[in-house]
Amino acid sequence: MSATLAAMMVAVGVMLALLLGIGLVLLVSARKWRPDEDSVVEQINQILPQTQCGQCDYPGCRPYAEAIANGEADINQCPPGGEAGVKALADLLGRAPKPLDASHGETKPPLVAVIDEDRCIGCKLCIQACPVDAIVGAPKMMHTVIADECTGCELCLPPCPVDCIDLVPRRRPFIWSVDTVEVESREALEPAKTEREHA
Amino acid sequence: MHDLEVGEHLYRFPGGLKLRHHKQIACRDPLLRPEMPEALYLPLQQHQGPAGEMLVAPGDRVLKGQPLSRARNDREVPVHAPTSGTISAIKAWPVSWPPDSEAECLVLQPDGKDAWFETTALDDWRHADPADLIGHIRAAGLAGLGGAMFPTAAKLRGEWQQVHTLILNGSECEPYISCDEMLMRERPGAIIEGGLILARALGADEVIIAIEDQMGAVDESLSRALAEHDPDDICRIVEVTTIYPEGGEKQLIQVLTGAEVPHDGLPQDLGLACLNVGTAAAARDAVIEGKPLIERIVTVSGPGIKHPRNVVALLGTPVSDLLAAAGGLDDDIERLVLGGPMSGLPLASDLIPVAKGSNCILVLRREDTRRVQPVMPCINCGECVRVCPASLLPQELYKYLKAEDYDETDSLHLFDCIECGCCAHVCPSHIPLVDWYRHGKGVLRERGIEDARAQKARQRFEAREKRIAEEKERRRLRREQREQKLKAGGDAKSEVQAAIERSRSKSAGPDQDGDS
Repeated sequence: MSATLAAMMVAVGVMLALLLGIGLVLLVSARKWRPDEDSVVEQINQILPQTQCGQCDYPGCRPYAEAIANGEADINQCPPGGEAGVKALADLLGRAPKPLDASHGETKPPLVAVIDEDRCIGCKLCIQACPVDAIVGAPKMMHTVIADECTGCELCLPPCPVDCIDLVPRRRPFIWSVDTVEVESREALEPAKTEREHA
Repeated sequence: MHDLEVGEHLYRFPGGLKLRHHKQIACRDPLLRPEMPEALYLPLQQHQGPAGEMLVAPGDRVLKGQPLSRARNDREVPVHAPTSGTISAIKAWPVSWPPDSEAECLVLQPDGKDAWFETTALDDWRHADPADLIGHIRAAGLAGLGGAMFPTAAKLRGEWQQVHTLILNGSECEPYISCDEMLMRERPGAIIEGGLILARALGADEVIIAIEDQMGAVDESLSRALAEHDPDDICRIVEVTTIYPEGGEKQLIQVLTGAEVPHDGLPQDLGLACLNVGTAAAARDAVIEGKPLIERIVTVSGPGIKHPRNVVALLGTPVSDLLAAAGGLDDDIERLVLGGPMSGLPLASDLIPVAKGSNCILVLRREDTRRVQPVMPCINCGECVRVCPASLLPQELYKYLKAEDYDETDSLHLFDCIECGCCAHVCPSHIPLVDWYRHGKGVLRERGIEDARAQKARQRFEAREKRIAEEKERRRLRREQREQKLKAGGDAKSEVQAAIERSRSKSAGPDQDGDS
């Protein structure tokens, strides 16, 4: 009887020791290899579209990424990123995707700012507002937008005193549409099909 | 020496189809030169890569062969005047790519004299420096004549190991297209000389001319020319089995060597270079005669043309002129296609001009293009997998494209698709698979561009943040220094006095300062 009891005690002891041992290892490793706060921010920032428009209520994409990582901001505050962006963030952070918060604005096709150079008075206010330094110009000289650098954030619009900046759709590369050709010319080979043989 | 044997044995590539050739109808008559068009329309970009720098302006008189643009690097390709005349305008004109679009074209009004610009041949090319040869070829505006229009100079030199074998691709595998076959029949000597020139430019010691085993007359004419033009016995003719698409660069290399070009690599990584036979003939004309690329052979064929044939067309000739030269159209024409029936591109207009890569104009009637049945759902039959020459999974690609899961199509190597059309041809559900792949490639390409933009915007934003922070810091330091100075010296009064003095002297004698 006492032999079985002893055996049981040994078993319980071994199990307890294992439990404590594994728990200790997990505790130490969790402390030591804690997910790096910076790398999470970095990964979120990679997903954000880098428009730097501030529609999320933060002054740029990286600050918004930091706010998401801290749990201050939700993942659906970025209109330029659109639903696809929300979904990517949800996947990354293991959260449920949700619709875009309409109070922050709506998703628009890619835009680019154009300055009407005849109306520009050279006040430099838009240059100061541009988050990516995409406007060049000097005091009392005409300004212009470097179209390749412009993110279409619209931040240059409010400060302009003469309302000479317009946002126009950005030129996009041609994408073949599945409906480009309704009927394929391959059908011209139809008679040959009967004598087709696989190589 | 290299250990890759080229053309010793013939291997097979996966998939492919045996198709009815439909080539002979356009080869019965000799080459024809259409009448001089009323105007030639020349886009500056007729190749893969950025356009060259324009050298002419509207109103300029130009001579035949005069460069209209200039290449600043190997990826740019100049365009030359195909005849003498006046540049009457630069205007938007229909072009083949992107479909249904217009591009800025130089409009050349021929004067009918066809007077040549000075030609600069390279004397003694057999001993010329490879760099000189490549320079000559670049200045002559050569781009791949097989259809891809890749700049030839960029194919001849680059960051790769020694190229030991040049493959001249004469295995024109797509039905109806016969411009290379005609060229090999009519100008075999030019192809062989051109091959030797290109081999010298590459430093290759072997030239393989790959032709199809169904091209009877070609083998004969090439063999005869070989005896005449190849004293050192460098060139060899290899007949490959006619299976579509064995004329694709990667497929041909696999047939000749048994080796596959890596999916992110180039033929040059295997020590090979693959060029079209037409490009070789153009290289010969450029080096030996000093003539730039201003014309090419175009097949005008298809069931909807009265007199299918091959024509020698000046670049910039509108397609309508070629159709007229081939006897005109039948009634009930539905579509013009640039290229062949399997991989061609529909043309939106017959005003579109012939460019360097325009190998064939295919004319189709309504009954040729009519669908035999509507598009049905994919039934997973696997026919497409069996015929895919790139060993892809067409039905999987289609599924993910339909679900807009583009990342997944990328990892299934969508970009290895050569758009040969075999999968769509055999699909029992008649799904336009190639159109889906073209669409998917477009979306992925745009995504790549957007990602690059985002990266740039991010760098610029961070740089700006840093600059603003630094400015703030500098201002703070300046303020601190000033405060300390005031505190330490205690001579605030004298500072103020000095400032007053300064302003006084300024207002007293503005001309001395010259500052207003």
